[in-house]
Amino acid sequence: MVGLVIVSHSYKIAEGIKDLTDQVAPTHKGIIAAGGMEDKSIGTDAVRISEAIKQAESGDGVVVLADLGSGIMSAETAIELLDGEDINARLVDAPIVEGSIAAAVTAACGSKLEEVITAAEQTKAVKKIN
Amino acid sequence: MSTRIYDCLKAIGDKIIENKDFLTDLDREIGDADHGVNMARGFQSVIEKVSQDDPDIGACLKKTGMTLLSTVGGASGPLYGTAYMEAGKVLMGKETLSSEDLRLALEAAIAGIQKRGKAEKGEKTMLDSLIPAYEVYCDKIANGASTIEALDAACVAANEGIEYTKTIAATKGRASYLGDRSIGHQDPGATSLTFTLETIRDFIKG
Repeated sequence: MVGLVIVSHSYKIAEGIKDLTDQVAPTHKGIIAAGGMEDKSIGTDAVRISEAIKQAESGDGVVVLADLGSGIMSAETAIELLDGEDINARLVDAPIVEGSIAAAVTAACGSKLEEVITAAEQTKAVKKIN
Repeated sequence: MSTRIYDCLKAIGDKIIENKDFLTDLDREIGDADHGVNMARGFQSVIEKVSQDDPDIGACLKKTGMTLLSTVGGASGPLYGTAYMEAGKVLMGKETLSSEDLRLALEAAIAGIQKRGKAEKGEKTMLDSLIPAYEVYCDKIANGASTIEALDAACVAANEGIEYTKTIAATKGRASYLGDRSIGHQDPGATSLTFTLETIRDFIKG
């Protein structure tokens, strides 16, 4: 099953999004929240994110969603830190809440990495108010 | 007795920690008022976590980078973290530095920062101090200057880079939200970067 790592500057945001994904994909064990710093203060930590990716991996790859600014930089760094590990981890350009839900649902259905990435990316174009 | 590389990293850390409030105040003007606090927290961990008796300069720089990645929190974490790690890679196994080693380390640090931040010179970032400093350093070394002479000139260029950041608008990072209103303020990243270069120069001078 494709894993999912949720990166936010806020520990609570990442955990909160994971609460939402648990609702739509309760059987998926590879969804990991990596928000905030080790002591739960605001920030992003590339080393923690890298560990979360390893935890989320079950052989089918990992999708990473990040909130903004240095969250993106830390996520990219985290993927580079996997150097030597055989993990296909991909940072996806998508709104973090909608993208995480879409990724969780499609991953839990057994979709492949590319399909999960597409599902998350497509949420960028979804209109919330018609 | 701690190693020279540890002492140098500690000197950089002490300088950053000493200027915590100054760097944070600069960041309050155009950013999110966390640069000094974040960098000071990061370097406090560097001082605690880097081995005091490992003479391998590359290994110590790599450890510094990893520590900054996991303790700084803001954008400076992945930026400085990557810079130190990339510099560490080219110096792995070295216990002394030639002026060419230092050049390679600076070059690798710049490439790392650019890879991570996707910035060029002229965007009101640490690169506005680091790139001119590197260019002047190369020029001086190529013309037969000593490492100290080249570093002296590089520090002058880095300080001029800080002044230059006052004249331009930010197009990267949080400060870019301010657009032209960021003009007139010096970039905190260029400032901490210049402190770093000055500390390295002073340390090598002894």
